[in-house]
Amino acid sequence: MSNRKFSRKDFLNIVWGAAGTLAAAELSFIGLRFLSPRATDGEFGGVFNLGPYDGFPPGSVTPVETGRFYLVRLEDGGFLAVYRRCTHLGCAVPFDPAVGQFICPCHGSEFTMEGDVLNAPAPRPLDLFQLSINEAGEIVVDTSISIERDQPSPEHIVSA
Amino acid sequence: MSDHPTPPAEKPALLTRIRQSIQRGPLPPPDDRGRMKMVMNSLVLHIHPSKVSKPALKFTYTFGLGGLLILLAAILAITGVLLIFVYTPSPDAAYESMIALQTEIYFGNLIRNLHHWSGNLMVVVGVLHLLRVFYTAGFAPPREFNWVMGITMLLLIIAANFTGYLLPWDQLAYWAVTVGTSLLDYIPVIGEPLTRLLLGGPEVGAATLTNFYGLHIALIPLGIFAIVSFHIWRVRKDTITVPRKINQEVAKEKVTTVPHLISIEFVFALVWLALLITWSAFVNAPLEEAANPAHSPNPAKAAWYFMGFQELLLHFHPVFGAIIIPGLGLLTLILLPYLDQDMDTVGIWFRSIWGRVLTGLSFALGVVGSFGFVWLNEYWLDLPGWLPFWPSFISNGWVPLAAILLLLMGYYELLKAFGSKTCEARQAIFTLLLASFITLTFVGIFLRGEGMALIFPWS
Repeated sequence: MSNRKFSRKDFLNIVWGAAGTLAAAELSFIGLRFLSPRATDGEFGGVFNLGPYDGFPPGSVTPVETGRFYLVRLEDGGFLAVYRRCTHLGCAVPFDPAVGQFICPCHGSEFTMEGDVLNAPAPRPLDLFQLSINEAGEIVVDTSISIERDQPSPEHIVSA
Repeated sequence: MSDHPTPPAEKPALLTRIRQSIQRGPLPPPDDRGRMKMVMNSLVLHIHPSKVSKPALKFTYTFGLGGLLILLAAILAITGVLLIFVYTPSPDAAYESMIALQTEIYFGNLIRNLHHWSGNLMVVVGVLHLLRVFYTAGFAPPREFNWVMGITMLLLIIAANFTGYLLPWDQLAYWAVTVGTSLLDYIPVIGEPLTRLLLGGPEVGAATLTNFYGLHIALIPLGIFAIVSFHIWRVRKDTITVPRKINQEVAKEKVTTVPHLISIEFVFALVWLALLITWSAFVNAPLEEAANPAHSPNPAKAAWYFMGFQELLLHFHPVFGAIIIPGLGLLTLILLPYLDQDMDTVGIWFRSIWGRVLTGLSFALGVVGSFGFVWLNEYWLDLPGWLPFWPSFISNGWVPLAAILLLLMGYYELLKAFGSKTCEARQAIFTLLLASFITLTFVGIFLRGEGMALIFPWS
């Protein structure tokens, strides 16, 4: 009996071990799901309608506090919605109109109006939000998903 | 009736009987055997063995650092529980609780100060405890795993500090935690989901405060309590290493724990309690204006114990500054007792005379070297600019890391060539890295001004 290759005892050990592992996995899953982030609070994460596009002159940067982004209109008339969170360590990046750049107060990263990195330590340009211009000529920004980019590219710039 | 006179003192008085019922056995114990029995029979004293090594009681061996950590934990538990009663963990009410502590609540400031300063001191004392054990080879077998538990607890102490940092919900708290949690973002693959789980959303907000509160008052203290029980139990079972002078045999003499160890502990705790209360009565914990998610202060600094890492981030690509270099450091730290083969120097400070010379030399070298590196990097060295054909991951990551590792290996080989033992050379490397980290932390805290530019107080 005992020199059988796979005894009843071995079988039961494996089954009970597997049951224990399964129970641990289920409980961990329940715990993690329970703790997972709740839906975001109303304002930030929603869709913003900023009104007619010709209200923003070319070469302007308009902060949208509740949406945590800047509406940037470049000199050539193109639009970008730039997320204000620094790609380095998450500080809120203010725009400095005197030099026409975003300058992070925390670690000195500098960005162009388009959000491109002029000065490290930021590893990539500032993130963007989805921006579109609807049929009425109004600017609509969706802050639910941020767009990460390695390089600034014309495809992100929305023109009227 | 008068035929049966009651003999006097047949039974002790009621109060005496109550008093004696609390303590098993007579008090004070009549002899050594009674004193040992007292430890054995007491739930609280039983964390000690009944007899301890006499030379190990010498104050300048342990400096009472482990005991001080227990005292600080006790103060933190008591003041922390008091603070729970007056604090509301929500973005609207948290800062107001702080103001109430300063203005309305009796001894509110004192309790908050005690909690704040004890928590910060705990980080410092935890590191000193680690250094004491390292420099006397106190992790000699069979104590290796206790070293690992100690490091785990040091990490938990830092986590407790960091989660507590957010609770006042002032500018200092908000941005230090934003910067601190953004460090995690750089961990490949799991970084982002982990940060989201911790923050309860994409940015620091109401959910973050709830999460950190739960971690701070329940999960982390329970974790520390569980591990410290195991840690002390191992100290009791494995016994602590015995100090000795060079070329001296290990002394075997033992004395009873009661009163020799207990009286030292009691006096030590009382002196430290007095110091902490005095300090907290006069020095207030910082409180800035209420948190404003739209405006980062300039400069925005992480909590002081993270300033060494924040300083690393100014010089290295984030994956290196936040993950690879600290990760390598932590792994090496954990493995130290397992790598150490030379255990016939246990209990001797810095292993030998030569070890003491090397430790001093390496510390000075680490301070000068890392300060020089910070200086050069600020005014001259610009690897990403010089190596524009490589991504900054290589030019500002692998290249400087490889250069530093080569320098360390060169130093190690040089020490070996001059006849240092392996343990002395390793101790020298450890000291050099320790001095570098302390220097970086110092630079980050005191010499970084607006825009994180290098600023000297005298210029």
